[in-house]
Parts: sequence; structure tokens; C-alpha cells
Amino acid sequence: MKKVYGSIILDTAFRYLIPFILLYGVYVLLHGEYSPGGGFQAGAILGIAFVLDGLVQGKKAILRITGETAVIIAGIGTFLYCFVGILSMLSGGNFLEYSLLPIPMNDVEKHVWGILGIETGVCICVMFTIIAIFYALVGKEE
Amino acid sequence: MSRILASVAIVLMCLLLFSTTNGLPVLFDANSPASTHVTPRYIEKSHEETGSPNFVTAVLADYRGYDTLGETTVIFTAGLATAALLMASKKKSNRMKGGKDK
Repeated sequence: MKKVYGSIILDTAFRYLIPFILLYGVYVLLHGEYSPGGGFQAGAILGIAFVLDGLVQGKKAILRITGETAVIIAGIGTFLYCFVGILSMLSGGNFLEYSLLPIPMNDVEKHVWGILGIETGVCICVMFTIIAIFYALVGKEE
Repeated sequence: MSRILASVAIVLMCLLLFSTTNGLPVLFDANSPASTHVTPRYIEKSHEETGSPNFVTAVLADYRGYDTLGETTVIFTAGLATAALLMASKKKSNRMKGGKDK
């Protein structure tokens, strides 16, 4: 991709923007059980950070994960969701029965960690789907 | 000819949809089926049944966990298909004829 949008203002501004966007995305993900937010929203925010980096810095982007790699990681995110469900099945429960997850904690903590597990899976899937579509769109100009 | 047929089909479909609008419950009606069937159960019981302090999370991750799994799969499939279509032919000679790349 040619450096169409790069300028000294953007190069400086996005260095201050990216850490805050990433931090906010992680906050929305981790706090999703108690406040508005969750996996889908956090995935969109984190994906936008990567897209912004790709737009401003072009080929030299630090957070550059292109094409096939992004699709593979999105698939891993989807698998993470299923994996939590399968873990609870392995210990004798139903699919996604969080209180039977094989981790040494009490029921409430297991529930929280189970929900965090599936939210993380959703987040990774949404985030890398956005990145994959973005780099598939700009990839032809390279 | 097909354009006229399509227009007629659109107009008929619009009339059908508009004529059924009267049967829908009023927006925010407390006595509508949606507000009397599962909503009270979620509001009253979701905390003790799931332990989650947030209705939305309780519905999303507990009551309808399968649904969310389906949503995630749909998003992944859509991304996979889009990426596959857009990245299919990077060589110019493999692209479809037409447009500016003749």
C-alpha cells in the first residue's frame, strides 16, 4: 500500500491514540460481564486499532498481521469458544455448563472464567475478521 | 418487461407488509407477548440462576450460549468468504476480464 494518508500530524497523533484504543478494548472485554460491552464490541475496538495502524503506517506498520495469518487466528478464536464448551462436556456436564469446568475454583469463579473464555474467543474472532477483510481490500494495491 | 414485473412484485410486497403492521403489538407495550413471556423470567431469576449481575451477559452467555456460538461462526465464515474472494487472484492475468485491468 502506498503511504497515502501518512503525514507528520497523523504519524504523531496515532502514536498517542493506539495505546488508549488498545487499553479501552481490553477494558471493554474484561469488564463485559458487569457493564455494557463484551466480546463483539471489544473485538471491533481492537480491530480498529490494527486497521488504523495499517492505514497510517502502510507497509511499515508494527501491528501488521495480514491475509492468511489473520484468518487462521480468527479460526482459533472461534475454536476457543467451542473448546470451553467441550471442556465442560469432558467433565460430565452439558455443553457450556460453566460450573463443571475442570479448574480448581468455586462455582462463581468458574462461571466468571468460563464467560471470560468465550468472550475472549468471540473477541479474537471479530478482531481478526476485521483485520483480514481490511488487508484483503488494500492488499491489491501493494 | 422484467423491470415492470419486479416493480409490481415490490409494490405488492410493500402492500402486504403494510397491511400486516396493524397486527403488531404497540412499541413498549407491557402486555405484548414479548414482554410477558420470557422477559420477567430473565429479570427476576437470571441473577440466582446464573450468578451474573448483568441481564445481557446472562442471556448472551448462559441462556443462549449456542446462539452466541452460532453468531461467532457466522462472523468467522463471512470473514473467511470475503478474504477468500478478495485474495483469490493476486496475479492480473488470473482476474476476470473487464474494468480497468483489461
